[in-house]
Amino acid sequence: MKQFEYAAPTTLDEAIRLLAEMNGRARPMAGGTDVLVQMRAGRLTPDRIVDVKNVPELNELRYDASGGLTIGAAVPCYKIYADTAIARAYPGLIDAASIVGGVAIQGRATLGGNLCNSSPSADTIPVLIAMGAKVNIRGPRGSRQVPVEQFCTAPGRNVLEAGEVVVSIELPAPPPNSGAHYQRFIPRYEMDIAVVGVGAGVVLSDDKRTIRSARIALGAVAPTPLFVPEAGQALEGKPAAEESLAAAAEIARNAARPIDDMRGTAAQRKHLVGVLTRRVLAGAIARARGEEVHGAHVH
Amino acid sequence: MPTSTDTARVHVSTTINGEPTDFLCEPRQSLLECLRDVIGLTGTKEGCNDGNCGACSVILNGRLVNSCLVLGVEAQGAEITTVEGLAEPGQLHPLQQAFLENAALQCGICTPGFLVSAKALLDQEPNPSEERIRFWLSGNLCRCTGYDKIIRAVQDAAGRMQEAKRG
Repeated sequence: MKQFEYAAPTTLDEAIRLLAEMNGRARPMAGGTDVLVQMRAGRLTPDRIVDVKNVPELNELRYDASGGLTIGAAVPCYKIYADTAIARAYPGLIDAASIVGGVAIQGRATLGGNLCNSSPSADTIPVLIAMGAKVNIRGPRGSRQVPVEQFCTAPGRNVLEAGEVVVSIELPAPPPNSGAHYQRFIPRYEMDIAVVGVGAGVVLSDDKRTIRSARIALGAVAPTPLFVPEAGQALEGKPAAEESLAAAAEIARNAARPIDDMRGTAAQRKHLVGVLTRRVLAGAIARARGEEVHGAHVH
Repeated sequence: MPTSTDTARVHVSTTINGEPTDFLCEPRQSLLECLRDVIGLTGTKEGCNDGNCGACSVILNGRLVNSCLVLGVEAQGAEITTVEGLAEPGQLHPLQQAFLENAALQCGICTPGFLVSAKALLDQEPNPSEERIRFWLSGNLCRCTGYDKIIRAVQDAAGRMQEAKRG
């Protein structure tokens, strides 16, 4: 690995200064599970690494039933699924956070890092979009908030400007009668990169028989994680039943713009989008009704 | 926390396997490199060096991590357990004993990682299901055994440790 400076600031202002003064030659690092791999491969060549794990704002993990959930950008995945209140309120998030790499990766990897790495196949991004999450960004010119679906701009690229850092991810409190679910297709049982991933969130009517609103987002089928608002809109007012889901799945399938690569063909990926969209919608609806739906994570 | 304003070597103070241990490293050196090449603890192995194989597994402040994906400078103030910290003087750890008795290794390069990873599991879940063990160890690759003997060894060790605890 090429040489670089290492700084571990303990305040957000200091972190931003250490990043901004390098004019794009500095890189923030939380868990390091993507950054260090890319540096070793020579794909990233920063002159300075700013370790953000000692910045209090980036370590916040706070949930309350009315205010929602704030996840600091440096909070490792295991802390999210180890928190029983968060796991109960956001099982869709746990579906994703508990399958990022294996256990050793989850000891370090963060949602903030998953976002900033901006891989089209990132496991946590589709379900964050489905749940309406927002990204809190801070930089030399102040703070801004971006919906997760607008964060990634191309493979490995995002809206962050030099000197900016993701501080936290914010999720609204789960509305009554709501549920979310994430599934991915991989050839292995675990510890693999999604061929396709789909996240869905639904809100049902008070009698839980009708879909009030839905959000669907896809992974690994476009240059960025892909929000498909029209797929969710097609479900509004429809019965919360299997027969409603095919139309949304078809819209999602048509929105996908996959490529052929070592993980799968474009045709297979299109097919998988349809299958997984139906499955995650069914899972999200079941959760909205208070039924238990297991993710891939084995307890 | 150490902050290196240039790329010179940094002094890092840690506790490794219960022993206070200080070392000097460059920011670019991984914890794996520091353990093996600076400190001389070569039980931790380098496999893929990119977080896929688990050969370099260590326990850092109570969490299982891939030491190839941790910088040495990040270990300032940390408590680290490596495979060298498993056995008591004159007595193997029950996992090590069970790996031997169940023939859970062939070439052995992955074994330290499996032992450390399995220890991290049994430390927090003394009686995991077979499925849970397989899921937990999915970040450790073995190209010799086909895994079954490793899983059996972990189950065996879990049983022994439970029994020992009951006295």
